[in-house]
Amino acid sequence: MSPRAAALFGHELLVVTGKGGVGKTTVATALGVAAARRGLRTIVAEVSARDDVQRTLGGEEAARDREVELAFGVHHTSIDPDDALRTYLLDQLPSRRLAAAVAGNQVFAYLAAATPGLRELLTIGTVWELTQDERRRAGDEPYDLVILDAPATGHGVAVLGAPHTFARTARVGRIARQAELIDALVTDPARTAVIAVARPEELPVNETIQLRAELEAEVGLPLSLAVVNRVLPDRFTPADARALGAAGAGPAAEIALVRHRRARAQRAQVARLRRRLDCPVVSLQDLLSPALDAAAVRRLAGDLERVL
Amino acid sequence: MTGLDHRLAGAEVIICAGSGGVGKTTTSAAIAMGLAARGRRVAVVTIDPARRLADALGLDELGNDPAPVDPLRFAQAGVTIRGELWAMTLDPKRTFDELIERLAPDAATRDEILGNRIYQQLSGAVAGSQEFTAVAKLYDLHASGRFDALVLDTPPSRNALDFLDAPDRLTGFFEGRALKVFLAPTGIAAKAMGRGTGVVFGVMKRLTGVDLLEDLSVFFRALGGLIDGFRERADGVARLLAAPGTTFLVVTSPEREPAEEAIFFRRKLAEAGMPFGGLIVNRVHRLDADGPLPAPEAVAAELGEELGAKLAAKVARTYGEALTLAERDAAAIERLRAETGDEDPVIVPELDGDVHDVDGLVAVHAHLFAG
Repeated sequence: MSPRAAALFGHELLVVTGKGGVGKTTVATALGVAAARRGLRTIVAEVSARDDVQRTLGGEEAARDREVELAFGVHHTSIDPDDALRTYLLDQLPSRRLAAAVAGNQVFAYLAAATPGLRELLTIGTVWELTQDERRRAGDEPYDLVILDAPATGHGVAVLGAPHTFARTARVGRIARQAELIDALVTDPARTAVIAVARPEELPVNETIQLRAELEAEVGLPLSLAVVNRVLPDRFTPADARALGAAGAGPAAEIALVRHRRARAQRAQVARLRRRLDCPVVSLQDLLSPALDAAAVRRLAGDLERVL
Repeated sequence: MTGLDHRLAGAEVIICAGSGGVGKTTTSAAIAMGLAARGRRVAVVTIDPARRLADALGLDELGNDPAPVDPLRFAQAGVTIRGELWAMTLDPKRTFDELIERLAPDAATRDEILGNRIYQQLSGAVAGSQEFTAVAKLYDLHASGRFDALVLDTPPSRNALDFLDAPDRLTGFFEGRALKVFLAPTGIAAKAMGRGTGVVFGVMKRLTGVDLLEDLSVFFRALGGLIDGFRERADGVARLLAAPGTTFLVVTSPEREPAEEAIFFRRKLAEAGMPFGGLIVNRVHRLDADGPLPAPEAVAAELGEELGAKLAAKVARTYGEALTLAERDAAAIERLRAETGDEDPVIVPELDGDVHDVDGLVAVHAHLFAG
């Protein structure tokens, strides 16, 4: 394992974020596979009750509020703030009946919805619990590494900033103390690393540059790594391109030229990202495969290990 | 082939929905431009457009109200705007503030709400406020009668469905029982609400600390005077979304997750009784050929003499990949067709170069309105 990969996988929490549609979940899953292959007990957590990781790696049923083992030894869970709130009430209140009554109370639901940052806090609080050596449920094994497949960029920063906001506004009481604990995890660059996923295109690159600034301003964390996903392979030299252009060799040559142009435009975007970020920027080649399945993710995991 | 010309005849409100990263904003802008070129007075409401697209539309000032787009911008790219094109970028916070200003019974209530911490959080950062303010803005623009057609880009949520739910969730929230609980003049009227509510406040206090509860109390009490206005607004929005002049275009790419989202959204539209205007599939890889396509091996053999074996092999490999992608996308479109019931979706191929400038808009527009 390269020193860089060792450093990355040495964190307790990896937060994978990026603009919608760039392949965040794919990269989070591939990182999970790579970590599991290194012998780390790893869990990938999705938010908003999504189960895309599971759909890719296969599993018998959705893992909402449950931790299940998928292919290659990667564990998976899907975090829903409403479930997290119920769990929290169960932990905090003296009886199960009382917890159920409060959780089912409509006034409580409205209040919880109106409390700034509470949903985000519950989400990140659930992630924090996954990183603990002492799990809340007796018998649950601890994890070496937790990978959070965070919401799309802006909201991802909100999730990391929620504990601090909450600790400050609540000031006293149990939740303020808990928020401080969570904040200590997610704002410590030795324990938490943020990984931005982008595609080699104008918009995602812009948003990644913006994310870096927001992350620093609002959470005080640097960006640890940017992964540019689905970079087209360019196998043509400038001389090749000239030969193809001169030949007028028909539709296949035309396709090759289009690819060459696109790949060059993508390289320019990757270079722009590199210039604007002060963290490592790695590229994952577009697999150009018909479907994103377990085999494809394993290949990407291998590619990641090579470039890290 | 039915391009958008036919599908959007008579449409007054066009809502472009779909998951993030599928080119919704560019599509919305290109549709608005196309309708304006055809003589209509059109306003497009964009949400967080790329800098270059904002520049292309002249959206440099933050007005939160449509501003006219200079037709000369498009004339140079070969598109004549016979009608009018107006564009704006939604400012959710400001839209929310304007709504409060309009609905507040007096200046004191208005200031109390606008200065409240809970309100500031709700109107600015909370997921759902973008969706809520987008339709609120749409409603106002429609009611103003200034435009023949409105095109709305929807917020980049991961679940397109959030858009349909959000207005209900927020108005439901404002109207809900929480509001009534706080309407008593003493603020936290736990006693009057019975024991259940007392427990709830106890738990809330433990969770959040006292300060927050006070803020909530002030917020809900101040909102009490706005209930009727909100309810009226919510009813108006619901009517507008289901009106015959309104149409939802579902925008997707051929990739698995956006496509699944599009299918899901289409189903939800049907369940909610909302009008589905059709499917737009962006970024499609396809090979245009009249006859049957040769196999990559045949290409390598054919080009070998002219280009040399090495380059011919590279060309053949690239061509083979393009074939695979085209087949993958064709299969995805087939599935989208079957699942959404749109037999003839509008296809926009993967375009070369940047689509976030005027030339890009014109190129996308040409595909959208083809046929």
